[in-house]
Amino acid sequence: MEDVSLAALWWAVIFSGFYHGINPGMGWPLAVSAALMERRPWAMAKALGMLALGHFLAMIGILLPFSLMIFLVERETEIRFGAGLIVVTMGVYLLINRKHPKILARIHPARLALWSFLAAMAHGAGLMLVPIYLGICGLLEPGNVAASGHAAAQSLMSNDILTALTVATVHTLAMTVAGSLSAVIVYHWLGLKFISRSWFNLDTAWAVSLILVGMFGMWSAYSGH
Amino acid sequence: MNLRPDPTFHASPKLAMEAPVENFAFTIMLGKNADQHDGLAVIDLRAGSDTYGQIVHTVMTPTTGDEFHHFGWNACSSSLSPLSGHAFLERRYLIVPGIRSSRIYIFDVKSPLESKIHKIIEPEEVFAKTGYSRPHTIHCGPEGIYVSTLGGAGPDGTDGPPGIFIMDCESFEIIGRYEMDRGKQNKHYDFWWNLPQDYMVSSEWGLPPQFENGVVPEDLLSNKYGHSIHFWDLRARKNIQTMDFGENYQMALEIRPAHDPTKSYGFCGVVVDTTNLQGAIFTWWRDDDGKWQSKKTITIDPRPEDPENLPELLKGFSAVPPLVTDIDLSLDDKYLYVACWGLGEMHQYDVSDPLNPVLNGKVELGGIARETKHPNGKDFVYGPQMVEISRDGKRVFWTNSLYSTWDNQFYPHQEGGQMVMANVGDDGSFELDPDFYVNFPEGTRAHQIRLEGGDCSTDSFCYPSV
Repeated sequence: MEDVSLAALWWAVIFSGFYHGINPGMGWPLAVSAALMERRPWAMAKALGMLALGHFLAMIGILLPFSLMIFLVERETEIRFGAGLIVVTMGVYLLINRKHPKILARIHPARLALWSFLAAMAHGAGLMLVPIYLGICGLLEPGNVAASGHAAAQSLMSNDILTALTVATVHTLAMTVAGSLSAVIVYHWLGLKFISRSWFNLDTAWAVSLILVGMFGMWSAYSGH
Repeated sequence: MNLRPDPTFHASPKLAMEAPVENFAFTIMLGKNADQHDGLAVIDLRAGSDTYGQIVHTVMTPTTGDEFHHFGWNACSSSLSPLSGHAFLERRYLIVPGIRSSRIYIFDVKSPLESKIHKIIEPEEVFAKTGYSRPHTIHCGPEGIYVSTLGGAGPDGTDGPPGIFIMDCESFEIIGRYEMDRGKQNKHYDFWWNLPQDYMVSSEWGLPPQFENGVVPEDLLSNKYGHSIHFWDLRARKNIQTMDFGENYQMALEIRPAHDPTKSYGFCGVVVDTTNLQGAIFTWWRDDDGKWQSKKTITIDPRPEDPENLPELLKGFSAVPPLVTDIDLSLDDKYLYVACWGLGEMHQYDVSDPLNPVLNGKVELGGIARETKHPNGKDFVYGPQMVEISRDGKRVFWTNSLYSTWDNQFYPHQEGGQMVMANVGDDGSFELDPDFYVNFPEGTRAHQIRLEGGDCSTDSFCYPSV
């Protein structure tokens, strides 16, 4: 049963990556634009790489503090519940405040890694992974830190950090695969027209996703996953 | 907010050219005098419509003395860049500033035939939030709607330099000044940019006392109007280079960058060269070292004329200056249209090689001491002025008013407003359409034109035409 849950959580990491990657708002059209502007396909790979780097840093920037927290603080259940609550709150905030953060428009168009990092931060993309990540940690290391000895606790922490890095990497890889596929297909076959045709307003769906994931986190904190 | 991007947003200039053609034109009407109301006229351009070529709807303002001039959309094709974060805005509102009153009207034209006033921003709000006055050019861009102004603070607009301010593109709240470092810039007129390359170019007319009561001949002859253009690091909001064309190149007005964002060049029209009364076009470009350069690539000669036929202002020169007051570049960056408001001519240059433009076509209409009639036999008062090109480049529209007090100086015995259209053939032929002639209501003048779904002086594109 726990193997199935663990597999489901890893699939959630991958699917959220696809979901972020395929959304034009997360940047793949910028890779098409870069290739067309510089007139060489290599520019597309470079742009996708920068978008991925920014996204990865945003994920790890959110996940690492949580991995430290579950190690340092004894109340794991409360932390997981609190994390879920934060994610729900972010979802509700995005549902109410539909304004795009102006700061994103101040970034130089060539600084794609910075843009990708801030765009992911502003939209709570990293937060979406937190309940999933904490769920994975919970399943990998049942019981909380206080119950273990000192040595075990240290290995627990390094395990949690390793898990955070793995979650961020797997998620970013999935995102980059989806984004790259979209960019390559549009660049080589479908043409620029597809950018406006394939773009759907996911603002509401995105906010609702955050709320659902956050609620899952709150529920799983107490149900023992 | 839409669930899909607005169908009038196009990734590249090429896609915009291939899109369905415009169904309506929106033309600004300004009162003949400052005690009359300004308004927006909606003109039917639907092929086969019973009311084709007629004004089918007008919205008049409740105020007077605004002097509408240039205007623009709340959103354009630049929304299709993920960097803007505005992919789901509607192209729905026209932002129309009054350059005399500093009042700004927002018209809702979602249903063109039911266009209405959506919001009015009072002058006091503009003054208080920006310290600028006399708002002019509108472009939608990063962070919102950019508005250039011609005046600074104070009653005559000379307390501090004019500049650009930014408005929220959804609420139309004024956010504040744009400039972090304006460098030598102390006058303003037009501006435009290349969004992916992150540069902006701005130009100079003159300060409010130099234009509000008509052109000041002493200032013109002593070269006190603007003659520089400024290059900006767009997102850093910093003037990176000021280029002086030379003080005799008076009134550097319209800025027309190439539409294809891979290109780093554009054009600027100069009203008059005070050494010889020529009109001039400069081509500006960025060289391999990243420095901006410019070169005079088009000159248009004045026409000798008997002083008896000339307005007071020109009698001493015995000539009609071309007066290059507006220019517009087709979306394929091929043809540059140049309005010669004094001569009464609209020129069409092939600018495929931007440093070597070739005169490809010419239409004569109106003009000082010439008054060429429209092919339908009717008068065209003043001369060809604000020009707008359809996205596909096949139709060129223009009106005739420059600015109320200047109309009266250069054409003292005329009044009225007309809008005409010329057809451009696939071979580049350029001829007036004898059947398209819009006469504006008594007591109004006609100024800038905007075409439904975008035109050649509104949209900025973030993807190249490949």
